Amino acid sequence: MPSNHDAENGQGVGVVPVLEIRPDTNEALPSDGLFSGMEFLPAVTCRQIHQIMLRSRVMEERMIKMAKSGEGYFWIGGPGEEAFNTCLGLQVKKGRGPAYDYLHLHYRNEATLVAMGMPLIDGIRQMGMRWTDPHSRGRNFPGHFSVPDWNVVPVTPVIEVQHGMAPGTALVQKRFGGDAITIVTGGDAGTAEGDFASCMIWSTRPGQELPVLIIVMNNGWGISTQACTQHGERRIIDRGAAFGIKGEVVDGNDPIASWHAIQRGMSVCRQERRPYMIEAKVSRLYGHSSSSGAQRVQREVDCVRDFEEKLLRAGLIDQPTLDRLHHEATIEADDALKQVLREPHPTPDDVARFSYHSSPVDSIYPGDYTGLPGTHAEV
Amino acid sequence: MATMVQAVRMALHYGEEHLGVTDVFGEDVGPPLGGVFTATQGLRTAWNSPLDERGIVATAMGIAYAGGKPVCEIQFCDYGFNTFDLLKVAGNQYWASGGGMPLNMVLMTPSGSGIRGSLYHSHSFESWASRLAGWKIVMPSSALDAYGLMIAAIEDPNPVMVLLPKALLRVRGDKLLPGEPADEQELKNMIDAPLGDRTKWKPRWPKLSKHVVKIGEGALVREGEAATVVSYGRTLPLCVQAADRVREETGAACDVIDLRSIFPYDWPMIRRSVQKTGRVLIVNEDTEVTNFGEHLLRRVIDEHFYDLLVRPRVLLGKHIPGIGLNQVYEQNSVPQAPQVLAAIREIVSEPA
Repeated sequence: MPSNHDAENGQGVGVVPVLEIRPDTNEALPSDGLFSGMEFLPAVTCRQIHQIMLRSRVMEERMIKMAKSGEGYFWIGGPGEEAFNTCLGLQVKKGRGPAYDYLHLHYRNEATLVAMGMPLIDGIRQMGMRWTDPHSRGRNFPGHFSVPDWNVVPVTPVIEVQHGMAPGTALVQKRFGGDAITIVTGGDAGTAEGDFASCMIWSTRPGQELPVLIIVMNNGWGISTQACTQHGERRIIDRGAAFGIKGEVVDGNDPIASWHAIQRGMSVCRQERRPYMIEAKVSRLYGHSSSSGAQRVQREVDCVRDFEEKLLRAGLIDQPTLDRLHHEATIEADDALKQVLREPHPTPDDVARFSYHSSPVDSIYPGDYTGLPGTHAEV
Repeated sequence: MATMVQAVRMALHYGEEHLGVTDVFGEDVGPPLGGVFTATQGLRTAWNSPLDERGIVATAMGIAYAGGKPVCEIQFCDYGFNTFDLLKVAGNQYWASGGGMPLNMVLMTPSGSGIRGSLYHSHSFESWASRLAGWKIVMPSSALDAYGLMIAAIEDPNPVMVLLPKALLRVRGDKLLPGEPADEQELKNMIDAPLGDRTKWKPRWPKLSKHVVKIGEGALVREGEAATVVSYGRTLPLCVQAADRVREETGAACDVIDLRSIFPYDWPMIRRSVQKTGRVLIVNEDTEVTNFGEHLLRRVIDEHFYDLLVRPRVLLGKHIPGIGLNQVYEQNSVPQAPQVLAAIREIVSEPA
């Protein structure tokens, strides 16, 4: 069985090395960093977060161009969610199996994957529908990641079903012991689905509470429908309160506030082995998807631009450095696209591949699917 | 001999002890009830879930992602219709992830009519289920096959749905399970929970052995040259009884195929029989529009048109919104013994 990240795709093109974060041991002075209210992040962490946010944004803008140029078809993704999603990815306990965090993501989590170490080219491979796409072999929409080695279960376009699955991985993790948690992310509109309620119910069964970090990325929209026209609840986290689920609302455009909210949520889940809910208020900077034109929205906060202004004002970065980082990210994404366009498409022989895992107890399909039963014997 | 439901229970016990089953769960699956049909009484890993079919399927997926081996139950297939997008997602995870994420889970659910179950305890599910690519769908019609198919379902690394014919769950088999005591009362005393207070009850499991019915292998339960009768589940024993009667009456002996696996189905067995007899009758109780049997009929016509001596037939459930409680409704909605007998008489007697 192929592993998603050891296939022929190899390493990313022009990957910018990710700096190591050691916030606990950072010896910088409090002034060497940024405050948001009373919360603080050291400069090294701020710069790292910014760099990931920027690279993720540039990757997605490259992908949007692909959708418009015909190098890809449909685009959907997370411009406007980079601040929160980067902070999430950087705090994940990354690995394979129940000793590590499980991630049930939605389709706007690009920055989370980039923060975890995904090369930009792998996102672009999926957008380009290439066989080298390690997430889905060119089968799924962009942002529909699947990384077995990092416990990232396949993202699906079906809104909110991931909330039903999250208690299952968390159940195994709680039995396993240790401090690993399950993280589930969805949008605000999706909380209308029953699976959101399922997640709250199944993760708070008395005596069987589960370490599920429930994240609602509240951009105020469900495609073209404003949340305020459909939802009467003032805050989505108030629905968690009925189940005794602690939670908070955070400005998801603020990486410092997001970092600490995630840290608090993870701490509850890791230590108390109970669920926690975060409602992150975020922007949606290119509309729902390419189906609505993927035009840049100007009236909402741009978390990348906003953070850059803060870094500049605090003297944590200068304009030439910022220009250089933008240039490098653009080169990285452009080079990745050039590489992807040289890579193979799936072939007709690949259409049914991986329909079934090989089985010792199946007479018709001991290996993979081979067409309707009995037909392969006649070929 | 064990009943089918006792056989399922023993297979699950075998799965817990020898095949790594970590969770048997669903509504009323754990103690004290052990399942509304008693399929999960006394099992070490059985637990009760919220009344939430979507949550049951999705949680099973999560357990499987994390390396567990779940067997979940939808109490009646009639209540599984709200799980369809989850079933679809479960079936496509291995494919959608390009081979990265196999999903080793079993879903079992009672299916079909025959328990006077009215509108929402009489549904059939196999035609719906057969459209869920990525799943394997099995349906036993005997206790021993239920044991062997459940063990295969647990061992198969793909999602497998075990449809249990409601009407046959209390029917005793005619073959012993490997390790089953020969005395029915002894078995009952060992593994059936007592009525009343069960708090101190524990099962005494017989020393069971492995028995696998491979997925995709039908069973030729009657053999003959006169016609091919393909069925499964509740209607299979009706076909056997009718075929035996026709043989007694006319000497015309039929092949009766118990398909056992809905998908993948044993096409080689059907093909061999059709080529031999030239007459085909497909019997099941699901509703007749876009019925799984129609798919088999299509392949018979596509691939064996010139082998046929008479027009091939289906005998299926009527395309009506439900099965009514009054037995006039049920008897006239889904195939019963007289209709099966009439259909077999007709196909063996029609001049070629």
